[in-house]
Amino acid sequence: MTERKTASAVIIGAGIVGNSLAYHLARLGWRDIVLVDKGPMPNPGGSTGHASNFIFPIEYSKMMFDLTTDSTAQYKELGVFTESGGIEVARTEARQEELRRRSSVAKAWGIPYELLDPAGVGDLVPYLDTGVILGGLHFPTVGVVDSLRAGTIMRERAQESAALTVDASTEVLGIDVDPVTRRVTRVRTTNGDYDTDTVAVCCGVWSPRIARTAGASIPLTPIVHQMISVGPIPLFAHTVGEIGYPIVRDVDTNMYERQHGGDMEVGSYAHRPIIVAPDTIPSIEESALSPTELPFTQEDFDPQLAQALELMPELLGDESVGIRYAINGLISMTPDGHPVLGETPEVRGLWSVAASWIKEGPGIGRAVAEQMTHGGSEIDIHEADIARFYDFQRTAKHVQERAAEGFNKMYGIVHPAEQWSRERRIRLAPMYRSEEALDAAFFQTAGWERPHWYGHNAPLLERYGDAVMAREAEWESRWWSPIINAEHLAMREACGLVDLSAFVELDLTGPRALEVIQKLAVAQMDVANGRVVYTSFLDPKGGFKADLTIMRLGHEHFRIVTGGASGMADKKWITDHLPGDGSAQLTDLSSAWSTLGLWGPRSREILAGTTPDDVSNEGFAFGTCRPIEVDGLSVLASRISYVGELGWELYVPIEQGARLWDTLFEAGQPRGLVPVGIGVYGTTGRIEKSYRAYGSELTPDYDLVEAGMTRPKVKEQEFVGKEAYLAQREREPVATLCSLVVEDHRAADGRARYPIGGEPILTTLGDRITDAKGRPSYVTSAGSAPSLGRHVLLSYLPTELAVEGRELLVEYMSERFPVSIALAGSAPLFDPANERVRA
Amino acid sequence: MDVLVCVKRVPMVGGRIALQGDRRRLDTSLLGFTVSPHEECAVEEGVRLSEAAGGSVTVLTLGPPEAVEQLRTAISVGAHHALLLETDRDDFGPLATTRAITRAIEGLEAERQSPFDLLLFGNEAADTADYQVGVRVAHALGRPVATGIKHLEVGGGSARARRTYRGTEELFILALPAVVTVKEGINLPRYPSLPGRMRAKKTVVATLRPTYEAEGLEMRSLAVPTTERRSAEVLGHGVEAVPPLVELLVKLGVIE
Repeated sequence: MTERKTASAVIIGAGIVGNSLAYHLARLGWRDIVLVDKGPMPNPGGSTGHASNFIFPIEYSKMMFDLTTDSTAQYKELGVFTESGGIEVARTEARQEELRRRSSVAKAWGIPYELLDPAGVGDLVPYLDTGVILGGLHFPTVGVVDSLRAGTIMRERAQESAALTVDASTEVLGIDVDPVTRRVTRVRTTNGDYDTDTVAVCCGVWSPRIARTAGASIPLTPIVHQMISVGPIPLFAHTVGEIGYPIVRDVDTNMYERQHGGDMEVGSYAHRPIIVAPDTIPSIEESALSPTELPFTQEDFDPQLAQALELMPELLGDESVGIRYAINGLISMTPDGHPVLGETPEVRGLWSVAASWIKEGPGIGRAVAEQMTHGGSEIDIHEADIARFYDFQRTAKHVQERAAEGFNKMYGIVHPAEQWSRERRIRLAPMYRSEEALDAAFFQTAGWERPHWYGHNAPLLERYGDAVMAREAEWESRWWSPIINAEHLAMREACGLVDLSAFVELDLTGPRALEVIQKLAVAQMDVANGRVVYTSFLDPKGGFKADLTIMRLGHEHFRIVTGGASGMADKKWITDHLPGDGSAQLTDLSSAWSTLGLWGPRSREILAGTTPDDVSNEGFAFGTCRPIEVDGLSVLASRISYVGELGWELYVPIEQGARLWDTLFEAGQPRGLVPVGIGVYGTTGRIEKSYRAYGSELTPDYDLVEAGMTRPKVKEQEFVGKEAYLAQREREPVATLCSLVVEDHRAADGRARYPIGGEPILTTLGDRITDAKGRPSYVTSAGSAPSLGRHVLLSYLPTELAVEGRELLVEYMSERFPVSIALAGSAPLFDPANERVRA
Repeated sequence: MDVLVCVKRVPMVGGRIALQGDRRRLDTSLLGFTVSPHEECAVEEGVRLSEAAGGSVTVLTLGPPEAVEQLRTAISVGAHHALLLETDRDDFGPLATTRAITRAIEGLEAERQSPFDLLLFGNEAADTADYQVGVRVAHALGRPVATGIKHLEVGGGSARARRTYRGTEELFILALPAVVTVKEGINLPRYPSLPGRMRAKKTVVATLRPTYEAEGLEMRSLAVPTTERRSAEVLGHGVEAVPPLVELLVKLGVIE
């Protein structure tokens, strides 16, 4: 007879993540939690057990920085953190520039750092051959942790509060799901079954396998990270504790060297990507060491030995010092490098808490526990939301190809706009061939190949001359072209045609459609048919959940339009709020509709030339939508703009998109129409208008008031986050979103430099700026404003500093440039009266 | 003092062994490879002898092309030369192996115009545990042999080899050239250094194709014996664990 037990939540996996999640759930009041692992405690054999356990505070993403910062604080509270300091060393000039760039990021986020010359590095790491490096970036707050001990303490705390039962050496046989509600009902284990409606998969490299038993996918792949441990090193014999010298990241060779007691651990991300299928990971019994410590493949590591010897010749070249431990350690990699967190879109109550490093494990445990409890977390983790993936991104091939490409970039110099080279041409717009013929530079968003600019428009560069604001330095010219600015000017002068096929269109229909959308949107949704509403969705704590436009197409019919990148997460959010009785339905029509943007002062006459319908300002008002006839096609036209121009978004069935493109392109030629890429749509067009972007300005860190997006009145109907929103409106905001312009671009070497985002804003004395809540001021978006001839930066500033005309500094590449506040608040820099949009 | 050490590439297995479908081979798809602990000690012993008395260490193996990995590991801890008797056959048993190795040693010795002072083997292979090849090679070459040795001294044209057999220490004095099979514990093998590993990478490994001479024995199929699942009992945590631990140690006779 199988034993039946109940649990409020079953956590599968007792690595750093599972233990942390158990602890935080218990802290938030959960009881009857069960933690299951197929291995023994305290080291059940997953990746936590072989981790190198060091934490650098610097990260490439604000989310990862926040999670790492929180985790470090937790490790300190648990008493398992040892500060050692850490240094990233540069062997090349390109890396030196990268280190200067990183130092500015460190400044923005308040991380202590120091740029060092080789001798300075040598003072801290006496065994390093300073002849092979050009410099280093020292982070004194780097440290190491005992992650197994941390996990044990967290698990035991949860047990002490009588919230947690631990089933060690217990294998999960499967997760059962109610076929009707698609909700978790039961976890079957070798130690009996648990009836539960909440399951958290914290299984690291095994996560895909466990989730699959419930019919859900967790897109990650196990991949090998090689590490050797060399010792006993005579110099380390006198170290008290685990570590006495700073950790060295030899980033140009994709390696690190970290003291661990008497040994030096040398880890590598330089070898060929070695992907392991989750189903082929050996069992605990079959493993010589542990399932995630696979046999070392020496030949893959051999090239690294020479590089390690080069950097630390005396210490590692000592013949009496041996390679005592060497593994092909398994770690998790995802298609975009971010963790995979949150409730799965396929199964309610099934949570993924996977693809975490030691450095962010406790922070992830806390954030997900908060989401499981309140529906929102203090740290914004939307970038890691498991709902972000499209189905194609969940295929084994996609996951493996992207993981393989990402692996060697682990310590790479990665540009913020860097494009993937594998798995391209997944989703092609119907006008793709025309775009190719126009020599489009394609960037990928949500699988769509989107023209960022068109080589065809190169002749415009001559026409606009200096107004295109050409850039001298390579970094900010990478993944960029002055053609973007030329397209911008041509659009402002005449008209631009923009491929917006990557939009996500979600149709909400049914008798209770209004009720559902009213519950989600901050704006009043009970509007006349044919109205277009721009609105935000909030989470229960009042943080931004989505930023989108909604067309009311009928009494029981709303079309929600959102961006490709956030579309799948938005879809899940709406789906989660649908009534269970089917009286409101959500249909994803993204692959059924193609969208074109037609904007510019001459867009009306161009459109009028192709349609018998009235598109005059009187006949087709701003903020409305309706079907019109264009060259024999029925087109849904919506008069809104994200670029601050007169014009329309035009929706057609996808197979008719190519014809609509051709019609408009031809009709527009005599009137100066140019194809315009996403460089304009996503950056220059909006930044001149100070339009905010979800994920950049609109994040849970700031509220609607601070973002300058409040409306005069709050609707009387209830909506998610309303209470928090009302409280936000009552408070005096401590920060204000401002538009700044760079006053002088000259760097010390004489070149003009253009910040591209993420840089710190400083006082004229060069001090960091933080607001009353401790939030630092940094550039949330940056871009050319070609119509103004200025380079514009958006940044939240403490309200007392947010005064137009105030002079400040921006730090970029560890140099400072004067800036001034051009606008405080939400008014646009360009066309402040919005005459163009409403023309 | 020139020593030749014979090693065998074997899979590094965990607690449970998996067989391939035909039940004639281990499933090694997820396993690493090594040599038996006895052979690691044999290599170490050879290296120590050559370090003390000068001379060279040659390491020899019979196996697949991949067995070069085990030879390079031996070089990285101090061996000087390596010879691979390369074969794709997996039916080399003790007899065929002995013949191939004997022939190779005769060839090497003819080339150098003198016998190796000492041939070292592990006491038995980690996988098949036949306990035969060392003894058979000694017999084929007409040299004295001592097996199961845990202490070895060489000097003055002879080897003094000790072992403990059923509680009695035995000392064998063998005139060189001789054959000795050693057991784990004779020394503590060193780990490869980084420079050692770099040398091993560059060393040219000589390769010969041995001829196979039929065995008297044939392996028909393998079976994995069922083993009891072992479990551990946690006696307690922290200071509270001390009394039951003491009690257990007394019960086992470790302390009184």
